[in-house]
Amino acid sequence: MSEKKEKKGLFARLKEGMTKTRESITHAIDQLVGVYKELDDDFYDDLEAVLIGADVGVKTTEEIIARLKEEVRRRREGNPDAVRGILREIVAGMMEAEPFAPASPAVILVVGVNGVGKTTTIGKLGCHFKEMGKSVILAAADTFRAAATEQLTIWAQRADVPIVAHGEGADPAAVVFDAVASMKAKKADLLIVDTAGRLHNKAHLMEELKKIRRVIDRDFPQAQVHVLLVLDGATGQNGVTQARVFRDAVDLSGIILTKLDGTSKGGVVISIKEELQLPVYFVGVGEQKDDLQVFNAHDYAEAIF
Amino acid sequence: MAFEGLADKLQAAFKKLSSRGKLTEKDVKDAMREVRMALLEADVNYLVVKDFVKRVTDRAVGEEIFSTLNAGQTVIKIVREEMTALMGGSQAKLEFTGNPPTVIMLIGLQGAGKTTLAGKLAGMLQKQGKRPMLVAADVYRPAAVKQLQVVGGQVGVPVFEMGQGDPVNIVREGKREAIRTIKDVMIVDTAGRLQIDDNLMRELEQIKAELRPQEILLVVDAMTGQEAVNVAKTFDEKLGVTGVVLTKLDGDTRGGAALSIKAVTGKPIKFSSIGEKLDQIEPFYPDRMASRILGMGDVLTLIDKASALVDEKRAADLEQKLRKNQFTLEDFLDQFQQMRKMGGMNDMLAMLPGGSKIAQEVDEDELNRNMARTEAIILSMTPKERRNPSLLNASRKRRVAAGSGTTVQQINQLLKQFEQTQSMMKQFGRMGKMGKKGRRMPFKF
Repeated sequence: MSEKKEKKGLFARLKEGMTKTRESITHAIDQLVGVYKELDDDFYDDLEAVLIGADVGVKTTEEIIARLKEEVRRRREGNPDAVRGILREIVAGMMEAEPFAPASPAVILVVGVNGVGKTTTIGKLGCHFKEMGKSVILAAADTFRAAATEQLTIWAQRADVPIVAHGEGADPAAVVFDAVASMKAKKADLLIVDTAGRLHNKAHLMEELKKIRRVIDRDFPQAQVHVLLVLDGATGQNGVTQARVFRDAVDLSGIILTKLDGTSKGGVVISIKEELQLPVYFVGVGEQKDDLQVFNAHDYAEAIF
Repeated sequence: MAFEGLADKLQAAFKKLSSRGKLTEKDVKDAMREVRMALLEADVNYLVVKDFVKRVTDRAVGEEIFSTLNAGQTVIKIVREEMTALMGGSQAKLEFTGNPPTVIMLIGLQGAGKTTLAGKLAGMLQKQGKRPMLVAADVYRPAAVKQLQVVGGQVGVPVFEMGQGDPVNIVREGKREAIRTIKDVMIVDTAGRLQIDDNLMRELEQIKAELRPQEILLVVDAMTGQEAVNVAKTFDEKLGVTGVVLTKLDGDTRGGAALSIKAVTGKPIKFSSIGEKLDQIEPFYPDRMASRILGMGDVLTLIDKASALVDEKRAADLEQKLRKNQFTLEDFLDQFQQMRKMGGMNDMLAMLPGGSKIAQEVDEDELNRNMARTEAIILSMTPKERRNPSLLNASRKRRVAAGSGTTVQQINQLLKQFEQTQSMMKQFGRMGKMGKKGRRMPFKF
């Protein structure tokens, strides 16, 4: 009973966080459904524009529409009204994935380009896992951006979890080394590592990331390592490139989609899932510490269509 | 390089055109389909794309195409003209007031890069002889004030802050401070916010009313997707944006946002910013960007960069030396170091026509290692040897090799390279007055 209640609450929150997102895209589809009496080429053209406008990307949009057409044909559906349900099914099916469940002990390396909200997300992740009863340590390995360590320290206080930090300009791998030692000593469940925002084409920054990963693999081989890519919900097709380059460098586990409380739809994650098979694990819908939601494919599809 | 992906795609589309002699309406349509795809993939807003493709198609099919022999080039020309027009025609500059301080307000979404940009802008204005001051009005993001202080410290510009107080009050006091300390530009870093957050948008309106700024610059992440247009539109409607700054325009960022924002809001893009180093900001030139999109390179930007960095006096000295055939290894080293200041070999290459292709193939690390090695070798020589490399006999070479961690072979290689350059220089010298370009970039790379 209580589980059901919580689930509903979560869905409501996700929906709430995506209200604006939802409003614009559902509104667009409502309009389509209202205007068109039948499923003709113009209808599909307009639907294509809606999807591309949601940052789904040309290729994936074509794929979705092809599947939609096939499904419509198979069900002998002629009514534009039925399209929404089918669209939801298709997208939910595309986004379906196993939930993120790190074993204990595990290290979560949080990566991404500049300004996507890594530090904030780590603060929220800390709160999330702490509430689940896990012991969590944060590591401030973004030693590059001015005041990044201070920012994470404030988040550590909010989440009431310990933090390992050196100063600005310190070697990130050294921070991680110390954090891993602290994790072992405290027998903590989870270590969440903040890293410097790096534009994914800068080879030496990617090397640094690999080095951090090596430190963890070497010093704490028992620990599971998960690398999560934080992606700004407003990112366009460049998101696919980001995911690909980070995956090639550090073997990504999945995506955290942030800033979905705006009007952005984050549709690029569908392309990322299609092309790279990388699932979305969490969604960020605000700046408060509990504004991080576990991603659910059906809720997402339902919320955006 | 920015827009590289788009340039490649468009070129691929146009190759189909130029390889044929005559164009049919269908050919143009085919090419335009590619253009449309490329632009959408580059995150140009789909309505803008639709409009753009229609305009180019109309022009291309209608007139010149059938009358010109080189039809492909004609289409490229039309696409380029339309693209330049789309991005705003000529270059837009900052407005300064006759009654200082000039107030520049930076606004935008979270994570667009406002704080870093504030530092870059302050540094750039200071270099231009202004007396800027930064004001920290982001009271929400943890440690945002601290970040601005650090950034301000790095460019040597004072930062006014009052911790987490009321932003309107902070900017009011900030302006007093600017007047008191005779600053002529005041740059206000505001908190990132969603354009649909009414409370925070009202706060910006209050700050605007308090400061009556000359410039309200909207800072936009170049990686933004279709939403860029809505974001820009809403900020503009609420606050009356005077211009746009495009950040994170590095790497493979195609930056379609640049094309859409101007088209939809009518607001000019005033600067583009790349990278994390605080001098990586430049004016936005729509015409050059359009050329870049079409793979014509950005030679003009390169020349601008070079002239800002190369000390004019040094350049004149060098010219003298060249005329008198006194070009030495010291000058050689100097050139290398200047080149590095310009942002490394790959950045330079990518700005030349066709250079972006080469830049992709060149291993930047390898290049940088080579440059570092050359530097080490020359630095391991005595000043006498640098001026007169023929002094370097076998034993001296061994010493230099040991000192620079290289081998004698590598030293010989460098000396040979230097000789070639020297003889090239001699030819330049004989030419008497050197061309501008030659004077600034005497090395071929």
